[in-house]
Formats: sequence, C-alpha cells, structure tokens
Amino acid sequence: MSHHLVEAKDVRYDYSDGTRALCGVSFRITHGESVAIVGANGAGKSTLLGHLSGCLLPGAGTVQVGDTILTRKTLPIIRRTVGMVFQDPDDQLFMPTVSADVAFGPINLGLPAEQVRSRVEKALGTVGMSHVAHRPPYRLSGGEKRAVAVATVLAMDPAILVMDEPSSNLDPQARRRLIELLGTFTHTKIIATHDLDMALDLCDRTIVLRRGEVAADGPTADILRDESILTPCGLEKPLSLQSCPICSQ
Amino acid sequence: MADIDSTMAEIGWLDRLSSRDTPLHRIDPRVKLLTTLAFIVVVLSYGKYQLAPLMPLAIYPAVLIALGDVPLKFVVRKLLIVSPFAIFVGLFNPLLDRQTMLTIGSLEISGGWVSYASILIRFVLTVSATLALVAGTGIHNVCRGMEQLGVPSVFTVQVLMLYRYLFVLVNEGVGMSRARALRSVGNRGMGLRACGAMLGSLVLRTLDRAQRVHTAMCCRGFDGHVRTIETLRLGVRDVAFLTGWLGVLAMLRAFDLAGLLGAAATGAGR
Amino acid sequence: MHMSDALISPAVGGTMWLAGGGMIAYGARKMRGCLDSSRVPLMGVLGAFVFAAQMVNFTIPGTGSSGHLGGGLLLAILLGPSAGLIVIASILTVQAMLFADGGLLALGCNIVNMGLLPCFIAYPLVYLPLVGKKPARGRIVLAATVAAVVGLQLGSLGVVAETTMSGIAELPFMKFLLLMLPIHLAIGLVEGLVTAAVAAFVWQARPEVLELTDPDDPGRGRVGLVAVCLLVAAIVTGGVVSWFASSHPDGLEWSVAKTMGTEELAEPTDGLRGALGRVQERTALLPDYDFAEPQDPVDDEAEPGSQEPAAGQWFSPSAGTTVSGLVGGGITLVLAFLAGWALRRRTTSASTA
Repeated sequence: MSHHLVEAKDVRYDYSDGTRALCGVSFRITHGESVAIVGANGAGKSTLLGHLSGCLLPGAGTVQVGDTILTRKTLPIIRRTVGMVFQDPDDQLFMPTVSADVAFGPINLGLPAEQVRSRVEKALGTVGMSHVAHRPPYRLSGGEKRAVAVATVLAMDPAILVMDEPSSNLDPQARRRLIELLGTFTHTKIIATHDLDMALDLCDRTIVLRRGEVAADGPTADILRDESILTPCGLEKPLSLQSCPICSQ
Repeated sequence: MADIDSTMAEIGWLDRLSSRDTPLHRIDPRVKLLTTLAFIVVVLSYGKYQLAPLMPLAIYPAVLIALGDVPLKFVVRKLLIVSPFAIFVGLFNPLLDRQTMLTIGSLEISGGWVSYASILIRFVLTVSATLALVAGTGIHNVCRGMEQLGVPSVFTVQVLMLYRYLFVLVNEGVGMSRARALRSVGNRGMGLRACGAMLGSLVLRTLDRAQRVHTAMCCRGFDGHVRTIETLRLGVRDVAFLTGWLGVLAMLRAFDLAGLLGAAATGAGR
Repeated sequence: MHMSDALISPAVGGTMWLAGGGMIAYGARKMRGCLDSSRVPLMGVLGAFVFAAQMVNFTIPGTGSSGHLGGGLLLAILLGPSAGLIVIASILTVQAMLFADGGLLALGCNIVNMGLLPCFIAYPLVYLPLVGKKPARGRIVLAATVAAVVGLQLGSLGVVAETTMSGIAELPFMKFLLLMLPIHLAIGLVEGLVTAAVAAFVWQARPEVLELTDPDDPGRGRVGLVAVCLLVAAIVTGGVVSWFASSHPDGLEWSVAKTMGTEELAEPTDGLRGALGRVQERTALLPDYDFAEPQDPVDDEAEPGSQEPAAGQWFSPSAGTTVSGLVGGGITLVLAFLAGWALRRRTTSASTA
C-alpha cells in the first residue's frame, strides 16, 4: 500500500521575499487516513499543501508520495496521484461549462473520449451536480462551485485528496452536505482548515502547525480538547467541544 | 455603478438566452456564422442610395429571431442603445448632400436623406442579425465554430477565458469601486489618481489570480494546449440551412424584388 | 471609437479583416514558439481585467466629462505585442457579440484601429525606445503617455480613413479628421496616464512581469516593420480599389475600353464570362459604385450601351431609388415581418406541443 503513502521529511521552504514559510516539517500519513492540518493564518498550511500537491518544490528536505520523491521531473506523476481542491473554486473552474471543467483533467491524462465522458458523469454524480453539467461556472452558487471543484479533481481518480479550506464561504447546509460527501470518500484526505468542528467530524488525526513547524500531531479528539496546545497556536476549541453558554456544561 | 450592474445583467440575460434549446440553437454554429457574414456582406454591398433593395433582406434577421425565439423587445432595446453612433455620424449625410433625388408628389427628398435612411436600415439589419446570431448560439459555441473554421485556437481559448473571468473581475472591480465611492467625498477620490490606484491593485489581484489558475491547470495536467473532445458534425439540416440561405441571399441580390413588387403594385412598369 | 457595420463597405471591411486577421495569425504563430503555459490563464484574466476596467469611468480633470481605458498599449506592455493584440482582439470580439458594439464585418477595422496600431506600432516604435533598457518610474510614465497619444491619434486616423474610403457616410475627410484628432488627443492623454499608472504599479510590485514581455527582442524593430508594411498594403489596396471604383465606372470595363480603343463595350454574352459580367454589373462590392441603369433584369440585355455611362458623370443619383421601388420595399418588409411572426408562432407552439 506504499503507493498511498505521503511522507514529509524535514521540509523547508522560503518565499522569494525571504519569508520562512516552513522550517522543518516532518510527518507520515498512511493509506486511507484522514488528517486535518490546522494553525493560525500564516502558520504555513497553504504552503505545506502546495508541496503535497506538487505545486511547490521544497527548498530543503523531501516530500514523498507513494514511491516517488517530489522533484521537478516527477511533478507530473505526483499530480496524477494527488488531487488538490483550491481555496477559491473560481481559480479551479476555468472552462466555459461545468462538464468541460470536469473533463479537463481526464482529457489531459490522454484518455479516450468515451472514458472521459464516463468519468465526467461519475464524478458529477458522486458530488450530486449532474444537473448543472451544461451550466457555465459563474452561474453556480458557492456550494455548487465547491462541489464541482471536488468533481474536477475526482475525475482524475486520485489516490490522495488534498483540500485547502473546503468549508469556507459555504452556507450551513452546503457545508453540512460537503462534510457528508467527504465522509463517504475512502481516499487519503489531507484537509487544511480553520473549521475545527469539521476537523472533529471528518478527521481522525490532526497536525497543528505553528510558524512553519509541527507543534502537535495526534488524534483529533485529544488535540482539539487540549487548550495548552491550541492557545499558543492561535486556535481555540471547536464550538461543539466548548461548554454550553447557558448551563456551562 | 448602476451602469455596470445593468451591463452585467444584460450580459447575464444574453447568456441565458443563448443556452436555451430552439431550432436555431440546433443549427451548427459554423453554418450560422457563415450565413450571417454572407448576409452582412450582401447588405453592405449595395450602393449608398439604394434603399428599396435593402428591405427584402429583412427576412434573414426576421427568420433568425423567430427560429431562435429571441424576444423582440430585447432586440429593439439593444438597437436603441447602440444606435447613437450611426445616427450621429449619418446625420452629416442630409446636411451635406442636398441634391434632390426623389420626389413624392410635391415633396422633394434629397440624396442625403436617402443615404441616411440607407445607413439606418443597414444598421438595423446588420445589428439585429448579429444579435440573433449570438442569442441563438452562445459565445461558447461561436468559439467552437470559429475554431473548426480555422481560427487559431490561441484566440478562441482566449475569448472563452476572457468571458469566463469577466464576471469574476467585474465583481472584484465593483467591490473596489463601491469601497472607493463610500470613502470619497463629493468628487474627491473619484479622480484620476484614485482610479489609477484602484486599477493598480486590481491588476495585481488579477496577476495573482492568473498564477493560481495556472497552478490549478497544471495540477490537472495542463501542458499549454487546451483540448476538447467534442467536435462539430454537419447534419442534413445544417447543410440545408446553409445552402438555402446562400441561395436566397444570392437571389435577393441578383433580382430587385422590391422593384418588381413595387412596379406591380403601382402599375408603373419599366 | 468602435466602427459600426452600417458605415463601411465590404471592400474596406474585407481589407481590414485581412490586415487584422493576418496580424493575429502572425502573432499566434509567434506565440506557439514560446511554450510558457502560464500565458494562457494570464492572457485570459488580463483580458477580463481590461474589459472590466473599461467599464470604470473616471472624471477627466478640468472637463467634467468622463473617459475610460482603451487597453491596447497596456496589454502590449504587460504581455508583449503578439499576445496583447490577441487579447484586445478577444475583447473587441466579445464586445461585438455581447453589446453589438462594433459590427462583425467592422471587427477587422476595430482590431486594426484599437489593437494593431497600439500593439504593433505605438508599442515597439514609441514606447520601447522611450522607456529604454532600464525602465524607471518617470520614464514609464513618459513613454506610456506619448505612446498612448500616438496610438489613439493613429486609431482615429484609421476610423476617419475607413469611413471615408467606404463612402457610405458623407463626412468629408479633413473635417472629420479635424474633429476626431483633438478629441482623441485628450482621450489619449488620459489613457496614457492610466496606462502609465497601472504599468508603474506592476513594475514596482512585480517587475518580472514586465521583463517577460520582450521575447521579440532581436526582432523588435522587425515586428513594427511587419505591421507597418501590412497596414500600408491594406491602405493602398483599399484606397486604390475605392478610387478605381468611384472615379471610373467599372475598373475592368474602363481599362478594357482603353486598351481596345473603343468607347463602346462589347457586351459579355456567352457562358461563364457572360454570367460573370452580369454578376459584376449587379453587385456593388466596391464602394461608391452605383448603377446607372435600373436593375430590372428585363431591360438589361436590351440596352447594352447604357452600361457605360457618360465619362465624368458616371453617377446618376436618380438610379438608386424610385418611388415604386420604395413601395415594393415596404411590401417586402411587411412580408418579412409576417413570415417571422408566423414562424415564431410555429416554433413556440412546436416546443410547447
């Protein structure tokens, strides 16, 4: 099952203006795990996700996906295994229609037309968006866009799903539908989020980042209860774990 | 601000019109492009004083509008919005060309008025045909048609992307504009410098977005070439549409239907 | 500055299409060589930016009126001339389709006036030399302003030339020019300042964007030269064709008459030549060409001599429109309306049935 392994070893990354984004991040995620990456703004979540999805190359250290170490040459291979859902779905939906967007990935993989069509149908069906297949992306609501963005990634049949703030800008019901949908996926899931309640619902494991370093790495239930970890990292307990404002229980 | 809002609403409405399913929508976009271009060339090929022969050509936009179920109100409104340029420029014709050309009873009409009327009719014909084309096809399909007619894909992909991100950018621009308007007092803050600063930061956000979109494209295997699996295929109906209209246009151009009918009606044969 | 279909002739429209389309094809080929895939989204999003920016009106100081960005020069600065032209052409195309702002046939003219001239003439021949190898904020402002003014003056010259050569509108060349140039001088200044402001912003925040826009470096002069040549060719062709058509009744017939030394033309009768001759007589693809005799097909063969109008007075105003013609025209309009209405009823009832 090593082809579903994601491993970071002492990854460091500096931006071109000198900001140190990652200062030695190490962890190991195995097949089927569901991991939340949490931290304050600027802690390095998006940068880390960029490395895991093959959008950034580490300045030092290694990122390994399956048997492949991330290098400039192996970028295409990594991108085939890892599907990244971006924070702003408008960045990810750039084709004239929803079905064209979902088909974009499979077409680039070189699949024949029939297979492309069946993948598009399947992906849109999985996220419940078959009815908007012929609509242009600007006529979708926030939740619909997010679902379609997930479909564009699913159509490439990745083994690992990486998501950057998937529940942001969603109304409560759309958010609930997304959480339920993600719960049905058996892929390895790595989710960067501020939505600690979603992390509690979806992810068994949480990695807390602080200023480019791993501050904590363990079972979600434990970490998100531990204020001695949360507070220095700019976080607080998820709402569902906070005591009731009325009866303080 | 209302200006931009109404413009975007117009675009949105045209977009909805062009994604319906009518007999016109089902015709191959290449065919529609070619017949419309042929129509425009025929309309423009008449001399500037030829008024009557232009009128039978109204059949083309009339049929297109009917087949595409395009609301007439929409066409008229658009015509009115775009007409000022033609109306204004054409106005010089009656002013400068005073030689009498036509007499109806005791009324003397100068050549200038005739050519002005010709300009206006050309305007109505060409613009309504263009509108019917777009409302009955949609930008997406027009681009597919263009690409399969040989237009470089760099260009058609560009049009599609531009159209796609238009809505996003206008929203961002409107947001910034509103913020600016809320923070300006009277006319201060609406001037050139504030505008330059606003456009400047909008362009930086645009460049950032371009980078993110590119990253997203690369994550899905983009290599510089945008591919599509859907190819257009001509059916019997499309060929019939094309040959039919080219035939009708050729006949209308060759024979002066208006003259014949008029001669028959007024009994003045030539 | 968008030209409308109603004011141009097919000859002018066609030649401008060839010039503009030719330049786009040239630009597309140049871009194929440069394999940077990031260009695709960059061009798309910047195009949307310029489109959106054109909707923002700003008050022009001192005049109280408002103006907006054209964008050709800015796109050339940010993307290079080839990509810049393609983006402007895409903006004009979308405007023509969505707003009917500029006709389909006039699109070629608009692409030349607002794309080719700023991107391939003002940018390489004015902006680049002025901004020099090491751009500084002041130089960018100066270069952008001058280049924008030049570009817009050339553009308005283009509009005037195309309108006059088409011969549909009655505007005299000089008067029209004297009207357009000063107005567009003011607009050009504003465009230059806005372009400069945005370019300077980008140069300060993302200088690498401006640096990447010189893939044509060794051929920088060459690019401008190609554009100028193409444009001159288009102008000469269009001009010659128009001049020929207006001062000589029928270019072909005139030269035939001259060479044959006969005043009377041999009527083309047989087969293809005859048919072509009749087509030539009846079509007016050349501007200002008008028929000296009625289009009635019955009379055509009977009066061969009347095809050749008296020299110097080839144009006969009464031939274009007659009262009975107008009556007939009115009848056809009504018929067209009825046909459309009937068809629409069938269409909508068919879809609801």
